[in-house]
Amino acid sequence: MAVVAPITEAHAAPHGWWRRNQQTLAPLLFLAPGVLFFLFYVIFPIFQSFQISFYKWDGLGEAEFIGMRNYEDLYWEWVDRDAFYVSLRNNLIWLIMYLLAIPAGLFIALFLNQTVRGIRLYKSLFFFPFVISQVVVGLVFSWFYDPTFGLLNTILGWVGLGPVNVLGDDRLVTYGIIFAGLWPQTAYCMILYLTGLNAVDPEQVEAGRLDGAKGWRMLWHVILPQLRPATFIAFVVTIIGALRSFDLVSIMTGGGPFGSSRVLGYYMFEVSLSEYGFRMGYGAAIAVVLFLIMMVFITYFLWSMYRDEKGAR
Amino acid sequence: MRSIFKASAAALAISVAFSVPASAELTGDLKIFLDTSNPAPRATMEAAIAQFQEMHPDLSIETTVIDREAYKTQIRNFLTADAPDVATWYAANRMRPYVEAGLFEDVSDLWQEPEIAENLASTKGAMTIDDKQWGVPYTYYQWGVYYRKDIYEELGLSEPATWDEFKANCQAIVDSGRACFTIGTKFLWTAGGWFDYLNMRTNGFDFHMALANGEVPWTDDRVRATFANWKELIDMGAFIDNHQTYSWQEALPFMVRGDAAGYLMGNFAVAPLREAGLTDDQLDFYQFPAIVDGVELAEDAPTDTFHIPANAQNKEAAREFLRFIVSPEVQTEINNGQNLGQLPVNASSSVDDDKFLQQGFEMLSSNSPGGVAQFWDRDTDAEMASASMEGFQEFMVRPDNLDQILDRLERARQRVYQ
Repeated sequence: MAVVAPITEAHAAPHGWWRRNQQTLAPLLFLAPGVLFFLFYVIFPIFQSFQISFYKWDGLGEAEFIGMRNYEDLYWEWVDRDAFYVSLRNNLIWLIMYLLAIPAGLFIALFLNQTVRGIRLYKSLFFFPFVISQVVVGLVFSWFYDPTFGLLNTILGWVGLGPVNVLGDDRLVTYGIIFAGLWPQTAYCMILYLTGLNAVDPEQVEAGRLDGAKGWRMLWHVILPQLRPATFIAFVVTIIGALRSFDLVSIMTGGGPFGSSRVLGYYMFEVSLSEYGFRMGYGAAIAVVLFLIMMVFITYFLWSMYRDEKGAR
Repeated sequence: MRSIFKASAAALAISVAFSVPASAELTGDLKIFLDTSNPAPRATMEAAIAQFQEMHPDLSIETTVIDREAYKTQIRNFLTADAPDVATWYAANRMRPYVEAGLFEDVSDLWQEPEIAENLASTKGAMTIDDKQWGVPYTYYQWGVYYRKDIYEELGLSEPATWDEFKANCQAIVDSGRACFTIGTKFLWTAGGWFDYLNMRTNGFDFHMALANGEVPWTDDRVRATFANWKELIDMGAFIDNHQTYSWQEALPFMVRGDAAGYLMGNFAVAPLREAGLTDDQLDFYQFPAIVDGVELAEDAPTDTFHIPANAQNKEAAREFLRFIVSPEVQTEINNGQNLGQLPVNASSSVDDDKFLQQGFEMLSSNSPGGVAQFWDRDTDAEMASASMEGFQEFMVRPDNLDQILDRLERARQRVYQ
């Protein structure tokens, strides 16, 4: 008997407490798995990267604290126009060129936003490149660019232009890869705009038409303002996509020729995790720089979302 | 009568069991990780392991074959986390990170045993770091120029013995509308082969090793002399165009089609060239000629190896496996033309009749007085290897950037070997 009593008591107490706090606890419990995973797989590694970036570590033996030395090396690579400079410059080119996906996606969306027989098929064909893996996109484009057998040089040959080795030319290679990347990214932006166009208020279009707006004026003053949420998301995904570009570089060139198509993400992989890479600390320092660059954009996005929500209230 | 026979048979069985050396009683699990993922090497190693299994029926062997390229990055994970008992890798500096991190077992005791000490003496240096041996080799192969004999005959050329002949041959080939050499530098290391030979022929083996160990600045005039020789070939149009876009395999068709007359490569290139349809009448081999008189010839002969991870569970069985794989019979068997098609590491083994293996063995055993190098990316530090091979590729595409390239490599050297 003496054993049973405390058990029932213990059982009764949390039951009541649970009843009282159910409203607060239920959402917290539902959030918990997500939050835990986010903390463990995203937040914690960020701090860990910061920490590792102050060490010299080959990933196998003992790590040695070297303070800011890794960042100093990065600075000198910048000054000497070495790999870090090339990667940062390429990231900037990516950032700017990749934004072309937004107007391109918008115009394809406008073009497809009509009711013709079989339009669903056309839409899905245009969306297709976003569905296939980046690896496949990379492979397809490397064959397209191939200097001896590639389609590109065959086409250039028809109009009498000499053969170009896009992926072998240090001045063209980054643009060649970005062009390949634009193919799926344009499809992504197109889908965003297509859904946005569904939500365009027909009455406003009608009203604009009565006021004599058409063509570019209609697009600029009536349609685009209503597409603002879609544009915002398109900007976010495109900028983040440009900064985290890695797969295409890895598949198409492996950073080459002689490192001229490196981007920060790939350079980080190269120095720390690739075949000859044993500089975990240095890789972490590059990751930190990339993180800080991304942070600038992410902060801006969050801030403008916050501002919009406040404005809406 | 019957029972007497039984009893004596049992007695015989017991006495046999006692007379067999302790190694025959290996038990437990033996986990073997292999990077021999290409079809022929894979079958070869699996057959050898099956033979080992037959000798030790109580041992439960588990073999894992990992893609050769993926293996290079996975090794650091499995050595630390879930170590096998035996793993393949490469000799010389390529094993240094794992040796220094204490992830490979010291197997100097094996190298004390007379069968290994005497028969494997030639590769001992490549397996030694800090006066200890960290594994055993199981195969090696020569490097050199594989060339289209029929094209040479068509142009009336013969195998060059001097640098001038080498260049004259090349000029004749270029004049006939072909490239002298095919090469694919997309993955960089192939350019390292050219650097190895040009530098060893220009400055000698000892200088080459000093450079690999970071003891000589990259801006040294002797290094520049090597690049000057290289530039002569580049300016002549010796190499195929767009080589920076191809892997070494993608560069093979140029030779098969006859657009290029030669290939500076390891012996592993012979198999795909034959498969592509070149007969032994069309394909031949010569040693890279001397460049500077008085510099002793030295060769590249990369060695592939077996190691015991420090975290292995069954080190006794692993040691027995290493003894098995380097034994003369097994070496003869796995390296023959039907299997790996390479050179056996055991001096008591016999080399296959294949003409390339015979020439390679002859060259390495009697015409390489300067020494035998592993390969650029195995002889130098990993970080220096990746920076320098990238520089070699850039030089082959833009020879005029040489000064910037050498400055960059010198900065890398000062950082790596500080």
